[in-house]
Amino acid sequence: MSDFKPNIRAFCCHYTSQQTCAEGPEGLKDDGFPESVSLFRVPCTGKIQVSALLQAFEDGADAVYVVGCPVDSCHNVKGSQRAAKRVGAVKQALSELDVEPERIEMFHLERGFHPEFVAVAQEMDKKIKKLGPSPLKGESA
Amino acid sequence: MIIAERKPLAEIVEMTKDHEKILVLGCRGCVTVCSAGGDREVELLASLLRLGAKKEGRTLEVREGSLVRQCDKEYIDSLDDWKNDYDAIVSMACGVGVNFIANLRPSTVVYPAVNTSFFGGSPEQGFWTEQCAGCGNCVLHLTGGLCPVARCAKSLMNGPCGGSQNGKCEIHKEVDCIWQMIHDRLEHLGRKEQMLEVAPIRDWRPAGHGGPRKAVRDDLSV
Repeated sequence: MSDFKPNIRAFCCHYTSQQTCAEGPEGLKDDGFPESVSLFRVPCTGKIQVSALLQAFEDGADAVYVVGCPVDSCHNVKGSQRAAKRVGAVKQALSELDVEPERIEMFHLERGFHPEFVAVAQEMDKKIKKLGPSPLKGESA
Repeated sequence: MIIAERKPLAEIVEMTKDHEKILVLGCRGCVTVCSAGGDREVELLASLLRLGAKKEGRTLEVREGSLVRQCDKEYIDSLDDWKNDYDAIVSMACGVGVNFIANLRPSTVVYPAVNTSFFGGSPEQGFWTEQCAGCGNCVLHLTGGLCPVARCAKSLMNGPCGGSQNGKCEIHKEVDCIWQMIHDRLEHLGRKEQMLEVAPIRDWRPAGHGGPRKAVRDDLSV
C-alpha cells in the first residue's frame, strides 16, 4: 500500500482557513500541507449538509474532514456545532456500512493562521495512508 | 403528526439486495416535518444505498423522488412520472404510504424504509413525544386536554395506578405520570371535581380492536 495516494476532502469555513488560504497553494505546500488534501471553503461549516459529505465519498474520497470554529466561539454562533452533529451522523452512517468511521472527522480550530490547520491535514493524511483506500470506492469488492 | 424513524440501513439493504434499479420515494407530509422521509432524507438514503452497493461490488441504480403525500390516490397516481422505470420502490413515507402504493399499484414491489412510530409532537428541535393514540373515542375534554390512553403506560381511565411515585411513572423515572399531570392541571384550572366522575368501561372497538377502521364523509364525495 506504499504507493497509495489518499484523496482527502477538507471542508473549511471562511474564518478558520482565511489566512492559511491567503498563502496560496505554494505557501501551504511550504508549510507542509499534504498534497492529498483538497480544500473546499464554505462561508460557514454549519451550511454543510450531510448529503454533501456523503457526496464527497461518492465522488471518490478516501476521507473527509471539516474544520470549523471553536465550539463556543463560532462566528455564526452555532455553525460549527451543527457541522459537528452532521459529521457525527456520517460517522454513524459509515459504521452502518461497515466502514471505518474515522474516515470522517470534525476539527474545531481558532481562526486565522495557525500551525494546527496544517497539523490536522497531516494527521488525516497519515491516518488514511495507514487505513488504505476507502472500501466505498468498491475497489476491494 | 405521524412520527417515523429510518430503519437501520442493513435492513433496507437486505430488502433491496436483489434489485438493480430502485426508486427511493419520499413523502412531503408528516415524515418531512419529523425529518424521517422528506426530500433531504431521500437524498441521504439514496446516497447510502449507492455507497453500500458499490462497496459490495453490486450494480444498483437509485432514482430519487418525493410525492406531496403518499396517503392520497391523486398523488400516488403521479408515480406515472417515473414510467415504471424501477424494479422496486423504497418508500420513506409512514406505513400508510406503503399500504397505499401496495393498494393502488398491484404490480409494484414496495418496501418500507422507515418504522412508523407514533402520533406525536416536537417540544424541542430533534425531539418528539407521543401525545395521541388515535383511539377513536377522545376523552380529552374530561382530562384537561392530556391523554391517558397514549400517555399512561397502562392506558388507565380512572386515575393513576400504584406505580405512580412523586409524579413519575414506574416504567421509567423520566416518564411523567400523566394522571398526576391531569390532576395538577385540573386543579390549576379549578376543575378538579371532574376527576370524581367515573369513566365507564371503555369500548375499544373504535381503537382498532374491532378491525380496520374507516371514516366516511358523504358531503365530500360526489
